[in-house]
This record gives sequence, C-alpha cells and structure tokens, in this order.
Amino acid sequence: MSIPALELRNISKYFGAVAANKGIGFSLEKGEILALLGENGSGKTTLMNMISGIYYPDEGQIFVNGEEVVISSPQDAFRHHIGMVHQHFKLVDTFTAAQNIVLGPKSGAGKYGVRRINQEVKAIAEKYGFEIDPKKKIYDMSVSEKQTVEIVKVLYRGADILILDEPTAVLTPQETEKLFSVMRAMKEDGKSIIIITHKLNEVMEISDRVAVLRKGEYIGCVNTAETTEQALTEMMVGQKIELNIERPVTKFDRPLLEIRNLCVKNDEGSRAIEDLSFFIRGGEILGVAGIAGCGQRELCEAIAGLRKVESGGIYHEGESIVGLSPQAIASRGVAMSFIPEDRLGMGLAPSMSVTENMMLKNYRDNRYGIRPIPVREEDKPFAARCKRILNKCGAVIDRLDPFVDRKTARAEAQRVIEELDIVTPSTETPVRRLSGGNVQKVLLGREILTDPNVLITAYPVRGLDINSSYLIYDILNRQKKAGAGVLFIGEDLDVMLALCDKIMVLCHGRLMGVVHAEKTTKEQLGLMMAGALDLQEEKGKQMGVARDSQIEEENREEQEWNA
Amino acid sequence: MAAFLASAISFGVIFLFGCVGEILTEKSGHLNLGIPGIMCMGAAGGCFGVKIYVMGTETPNGALTVILGILFAMIFAGALGAIYAFLTVSLRCNQNVTGLACTIFGVGFTSFFINNVVMTEGVSAKLSLAGRNFFNAHIPGAENLGWFGTIFCSHGTLVYLGIAIAIAAAIVLRYTKVGLNLRAVGENPATADAVGINVTGYKYTAITVGAAIAGLGGLCYVMGYMNGIVGSTVDQTIQGIGWLSIALVIFTLWKPALAILGSIVFGALYILSSYITGISFEQIPLLNLIPYVVTILVLIVTSIVGHRETQPPASLGLSYFREDR
Repeated sequence: MSIPALELRNISKYFGAVAANKGIGFSLEKGEILALLGENGSGKTTLMNMISGIYYPDEGQIFVNGEEVVISSPQDAFRHHIGMVHQHFKLVDTFTAAQNIVLGPKSGAGKYGVRRINQEVKAIAEKYGFEIDPKKKIYDMSVSEKQTVEIVKVLYRGADILILDEPTAVLTPQETEKLFSVMRAMKEDGKSIIIITHKLNEVMEISDRVAVLRKGEYIGCVNTAETTEQALTEMMVGQKIELNIERPVTKFDRPLLEIRNLCVKNDEGSRAIEDLSFFIRGGEILGVAGIAGCGQRELCEAIAGLRKVESGGIYHEGESIVGLSPQAIASRGVAMSFIPEDRLGMGLAPSMSVTENMMLKNYRDNRYGIRPIPVREEDKPFAARCKRILNKCGAVIDRLDPFVDRKTARAEAQRVIEELDIVTPSTETPVRRLSGGNVQKVLLGREILTDPNVLITAYPVRGLDINSSYLIYDILNRQKKAGAGVLFIGEDLDVMLALCDKIMVLCHGRLMGVVHAEKTTKEQLGLMMAGALDLQEEKGKQMGVARDSQIEEENREEQEWNA
Repeated sequence: MAAFLASAISFGVIFLFGCVGEILTEKSGHLNLGIPGIMCMGAAGGCFGVKIYVMGTETPNGALTVILGILFAMIFAGALGAIYAFLTVSLRCNQNVTGLACTIFGVGFTSFFINNVVMTEGVSAKLSLAGRNFFNAHIPGAENLGWFGTIFCSHGTLVYLGIAIAIAAAIVLRYTKVGLNLRAVGENPATADAVGINVTGYKYTAITVGAAIAGLGGLCYVMGYMNGIVGSTVDQTIQGIGWLSIALVIFTLWKPALAILGSIVFGALYILSSYITGISFEQIPLLNLIPYVVTILVLIVTSIVGHRETQPPASLGLSYFREDR
C-alpha cells in the first residue's frame, strides 16, 4: 500500500457552539480524483479551508505524504504543495492574469520579468490544455476564464494536491467538459485532486472515489465504479428521498405579466435582450432556460425596474410598468429574488440581521403599524362613518410614523425561519454569518412574505442541497396554487422539465421558442439553448403573444387559450 | 517667472512627501487621515534632532545635521504611523476615526513640543542658521545657469530627496514583486492572503514607511521652505498642507510619478497669492481654495469616466480578518 498524498485524522472545527466538522478522517491517494460530496452546510468548504490554511483546525492531525504537518496559514499549505481554487475566486480584478498568477512570495522579492512569466504561464496552459491570455485583465474575463486563471495560479505555485471548491457551479456544460479534460490531464501528470460538487452525474463522470460528509460528520468513502447515484444520495441525505417534483394542475388565469418586443442592453452596452415577447399567466410556472449570460439577469432587472428598457413594453395586468420605480413595481406585487453567480445575494444586506433584512422590503407596509378598525355591515351609518374617519386618521399617522415595528418583523422572521427551515442561531444573526443555502432561503422567504402576484426567481436552488431544493420547489408550487405567476430562471433542465408548466428558451437574448414542459424533451431544449433550433422560424409564427392579452390596444375578446 | 516656478517646486515637494506617503498607505488598503498630524510630528522630530546636534557642538557638520534631521523626522512620524497601524490593522478600528484622532494628537503634540521643548533660549538663531546653510545648501554653480539653474538647481537637499522618493515609489509599485504584492493587499486582501502574502506585515510596513515619508514633508516645510524659521503656529500651517496632500492623492490618481507634477501644480496654486499683484488681502483665501476645487473636479471626472485603472484600491478603508466570512 502506497503512502497517501494527504491524510486527515479526526479533524474538528467549531464556530461558536456549532460544530462545522466533527472527527473527520479520510485519505487522498496519489494521482486520484476524490469527490467530496455533501449537502449544504455539511462542512465541505470548512474542511477544505483547514487544509489550505484559511482556518485552523481545533482538533486532529493532517498528514502530507505520510508526515504530520501543521498548516496554520496559506503559506504553510503551499509549502506542502497544497493549492485550493476557492468557490469565490480570489483574484485581483485590476491585475492581468499573469500578475495574479505571479502574486505571492514564491519567486522572492525583486523585479519580475513580464515576458518570462507570460511564457511560463503559456507553458503550463499548453501542458494541461488550458486556454489563457496572460495579458488580459481579470475584470474583462468571463467566469470560466477566471477559473482557469485560478487553476493555473495554483499549478504555477507548484501544487501537487489541488482542491477545487464547486468548480462547475458557474460553468456551462461545454466549459465543464473542458475542465474535466484538464483535470484528467493533471491526474495523468500525477496530481491529486479533491473536487467538491453537488452534481451527482459529474461525480460519477470524473471521480475515482467519493467521500461523503453529512452535517459535519464523515459518513464514508466508496469507489465510484462500485456505486450508483441513488446510493450516493442516500449516503448524503441519510434517507431515501422522493425524486419526483410535484407539478400541481391549476386553472390558468389570464396573462398577468406580458412582455412585448423588449430590448435591453447589458452593462457593456451591447444588446442583452433582443425583441423578446412572452407572457406569464396567474397559476403557472414559466421556466427560462439558456446558457449562462444569455440575458437572464438583464431580463430580471428590466422587469423589476432596475435596468433601462431600450424599447418594447412590459405590462402588468394590462398596464405598462416601463419607467416606474422599482418600489412602485414591487408595490404592484411583482417580486424578484435573484441569486447571482457568487450566491451572496442581490437584495440582502450582509451585515444586517435576518429581521432587518426582512424589514428592508416591507417596512413601509401598514402591517407593522396601526391596524384599521373593521367596518361591519350591521354598524349604524354614523358609527361606520366614525370608524372610516378614524381609520383614515390612523393611516395618516401610520404613514408619518417614523418608527419601525421590530416586534412584528421579528415574528415574521421567526415564521420564515421555521417555515423554510433556515439554520441560524437567532433572528438577530447577521445574514453574512449564515451559510450560502440559508442566505438564499432568507432572500426567497422575504419575497414570498409580500404575497406577490408575479414572482421572479433566478437560480433559487443554486448550490442548494436536495432537501432544501425540494423545499424551494414546494414554496414555488404553493405560490402557483395561490394564483401567482412564477418566472423561474433555472439551470438544471431536469428540474425545469419536472417543475415548470412551460419553458421559454433564450439564446443570446433572443427567444428560441416557448414549449410545454410535458411535450418537450431535454434534447430539444438543449438544441434550442445552443441556438441550433429556432421554433419561431420553424413554425413560422411569432410566439410569446397571448391571444387573450390584457393589453388595452389589443383585442380584449375572451378566447380560450390553447397552445 | 523662473523664481515663481522654483518656489512652486520647493513648496510642492512638501505636498509630494505627504502625497507619496499617503499613496503607499492607501495602496495597502488603509486610508490614513492622520497624515496632517504625522507631518507635524515630522516637523517636531526634525527640529528636535537638529536642535540637539547644533546646540551640542561648536562647529556642526552640514551633512550630519541634515541626516539627523531626516532621521528624527522619520522616527517621530513613523512612530505615530505605527500607532495608527496597530489600531487599524491589529485591532481593526475604524480607519477614519483613528486617522482623525492621529491628526488631532499629532498637531497638538507638535504645538506643545515645538513651543516648549524645542524652542528654548538661543535655539531660534541656530536653527535658522542650520536651515539656511545646511538644508538649503545650493548646488555650486547653479547661479550661472540662468533660468535653468534657478528652476532646477537652486533647491535644498530635501527637494531632490522628495523627487527621488517619488520616483522610487513609482518604480517599486509598478515594476517589482513587492509593489505587486502590496497592490494586491490593497485591492483584495483575502486573495493576497490565500497566495501566502503576509498581509499584516505588508500593511504595517506600508503604513509605517508611508508615515515616515510623510513626516519628511513637515521637516521640509520647517527646515527647507521656511529656512529653519519656526513660528509658534507652525503646526496649523502644516496641518493645512497635510489635508491638501491627501487631496493630492486623489488628484494624482494614486500614481507617485504623477504626484511629482501634481505637487508642483498644488505648490504653484498655494503660493500664487503672493505672486499676483493687485489682489486684496480678503481674496487670498479664495485663491487658496483652488486646489480643493481642482481635486473635486478630478473626482467628478474620474467617477464619470469610471475606468477601473483610475479608481482607488478596491478594499480601501476596509479591515481584513482572515476567518471573517
């Protein structure tokens, strides 16, 4: 038996009273790819941070090549040839790729030769099959390019043990394939790799062995060839889970939100959304499929009033909402929860507590102030009038009331925490202290709290474990049953096929078609996402315009909707 | 005209010291609003160093006097800088509050120290002698070079030292690994930490060295520009210069090489009122306002253009704690 490249024995780490890792021990052989699998908050990232010197373990030993080592800083980790590619990239935006790679004390002080570094970077890139431009600035790069820089950086610094923290979370399938081929090349070269991922199909494809963590504890390690996705899932969640997502049948209402010939520009000033028309009915979930950066973000922002509409219209219940303030749009019942690629949340203030984040959106509402006296039918006219006057006075006082009602807000926060099963020490914990998945739940929970009639949700399950994901699907379905229209921007086609009623496919900001989830196939969606199939062209008609549109100028005749 | 430019340069260098010191500090991610106080400390320390030497010997050596002045100025200013560094780096205090406290302390200390400890009986004459003969010893033969000599060769040691430091800082920041690492610390300390850069070490060094350089500005004003004539309100003047130095950092877009030009512009604007004839005494403050107005204009323009290269270091003003998340 050979000496393992890395061995952990009885590693524990506590954050306050919470044990993030408890007595973990496993080993990484030389030249193997080990997948580290676990639900959100199971302590994968914490464990890896201890190996790479970001955190220091409270208990336990780490062995590198059979020798016990103490890793108390990233320098120590590099001394033992351990390199980590973090989930949130650690790159300096205003530096070039080469400058980022050469950063750090490896090559000592003094002048650094730009040309020599560029050559070295190119040599590493060629060896493993990367594509990289050493002179490009990080802020000009796409996510996958940034990731490449991170990996090359770690290799340049002579790492033999690489840790990749959820590297595929932000990549397209093609980019993932490319990453996997690079990983195989590194394995050939004798490097040992630990990859953290949630995606079981990727685990099956790339890894030699799988180590599973659950709630900070080590469950076991199995050879990938001898296991199945089902078995791994069971190890991960500790119980058999129903893989079917419910799709309740509801009666579709008339279109709630209609988009007509919408054009929106992205931050760089080029067209992000081009001539897009679609609509959402009450009681349906409309999925939006497309590869990363095909205009989903810009679409969300345009609807929520955060981005300028170049041309075209957005109609809510037949009225144009183009040019309204985000607050006015929100008060009409259009809610948005957007989970950006780095998952830290668009719309939450990280250092404010859960309660305060809940209040951010609805502190204006009457519900935290004076409640109106109910006017009953049996009231005498005079009494009714008095009550109405009193209510009006109450409303005015309420509007002028400068104080916020923390008590009610705290109760609301508590309710959301319980309903969505958010793991937090208290309602007063700053949001940034929560783990990624729990932050997501807080964001979604707040949006649902306002009882929206149109809910726009982008990547609500990004990086979430299976149980939390199902909880989110359940929440969305509840909204749907209540008659809200849901725009679901997702990543996983399987989930969208199971959850959504209809799926709209975007390719480079253009509508490729709207299909019924029941009647389409994954292959068809894939072709449309890649721009190889345009249903609008094929069928020779414009899609995305409802026949029973609520827009005033249009014919308002009631017609039965069929596809 | 040549005399005006020469004055602009010799006054501008005072700004240059403060500005380069602050640039180094800000590149490490720390906004040191204590620069005015630190420059005062430099003046106090420098005067003190010169005093104990010239009062102690009958025939003081010129070079030694200048070196002692520089050394004491850097020690006094560096000490206050180190206190600021300890408070903001290790204890992670709010940088703005700490910086302002440093200014208040530095100015107050200098006022007390210069008037009560340095300026004892008979010191005044000896100090001004040292200022005129040692700190402002001209390059021999400068008078024979006409306007060129007046503008470029008529200055004291500290002026050339200031420009040399600015050029050195520019080279270090742009072309060396140390500079690259320092910029990384100011842009993204978590990144720098993850690649094994000693973030705390870089911050301490940058802040302390930056403060020591800024302190030379105070010395340059007292012993250089004022020829060693120490007035009782010297702390107030240097404080004003200190605030302008911080403004100059923004004006020169965090680039030490540009700071050389910027400091001459600021120097020219500052002394403009004494060279323009026919303005009343009341209008002088208006003229002194110009550097601030120019700085605000630069801020507006760079904000509108919004180019990534002209922005302050990304994590300027933020504390860094490794295990924070």
